[in-house]
Amino acid sequence: MASDVGIVVFPGTNCEFDVLEAIDASGANGHLLWHGESFVPKYDSVVLAGGFAHGDYLRPGAIARFSKIMEGISKFGADGGKIVGICNGFQILTEAGLLPGALQKNRGLTFICEKVNLEVTSDKSCFTKAISPGTVVTLPINHFSGNYTNENVDELEANGQVVLRYCDNPNGSVNSIAGIRNDRGNIVGLMPHPERAISEITGGSDGLLFWKSLLET
Amino acid sequence: MSEFELIAEIRHKSGIADPEGSTILRALPALGFEEISNVSVGKAIRFAVSASNASEAVAKGEELCKRLLANPVLESFKVSVIS
Repeated sequence: MASDVGIVVFPGTNCEFDVLEAIDASGANGHLLWHGESFVPKYDSVVLAGGFAHGDYLRPGAIARFSKIMEGISKFGADGGKIVGICNGFQILTEAGLLPGALQKNRGLTFICEKVNLEVTSDKSCFTKAISPGTVVTLPINHFSGNYTNENVDELEANGQVVLRYCDNPNGSVNSIAGIRNDRGNIVGLMPHPERAISEITGGSDGLLFWKSLLET
Repeated sequence: MSEFELIAEIRHKSGIADPEGSTILRALPALGFEEISNVSVGKAIRFAVSASNASEAVAKGEELCKRLLANPVLESFKVSVIS
């Protein structure tokens, strides 16, 4: 049976339809979930899509973590449910304490919108399970605060929690980190946008590997 | 209970890049401000707190900073009473 994926929509989220299309293209069913509703744990996985939740006021993700839906999503994650946060979704997961570290402003203070090469460094996460470590993929990035920072980065590395690394660090992230997982691998956050790389006619389809990992394994 | 007006000053922790601060600093020599150094850009947030005394008000403000106004990974904060 096709899996059902909840896609959280905050005021200011703007990647939910791209995620929906990527999920449909991968043969699963996506469902948009409004942030002000309670979370009903009837989905196989949940995606926090990119955008500017609550206008990114105060800091990206700072207000979103107090939305009503987040309480249920935190519990879903604690129970082993699969959660993926992309771009602003990654920022929300760090602010909510579901993933370690934080995303600060890009080195050089520039908004970066370009395709980058990335190395998948772990297949022990729900979003990279179907990808052999060492695989290099090309995905778009589109962010101002994507500079990953973590005082305990050595611990993160020792635990194998880095799942995706920039080949050529665009934003100053420590150890060129582009994506991480929690200890169990059921929660993943990344800055690049795999939902925008699902078709050769729009510039590449490497993103499908990530959706396949989430939906079919 | 009285009402205290507080200000929370939020700054980047040392070691965290402050690209806005360094960009401003780089622009200053062109204006002749060569004696300026250590520019850092943060946030100042003002709010009022009902509390029985000033130290209780500051403690509440610090709790607010810890839980929402500052991100402890990146930022430090200082809460002071304005009036």
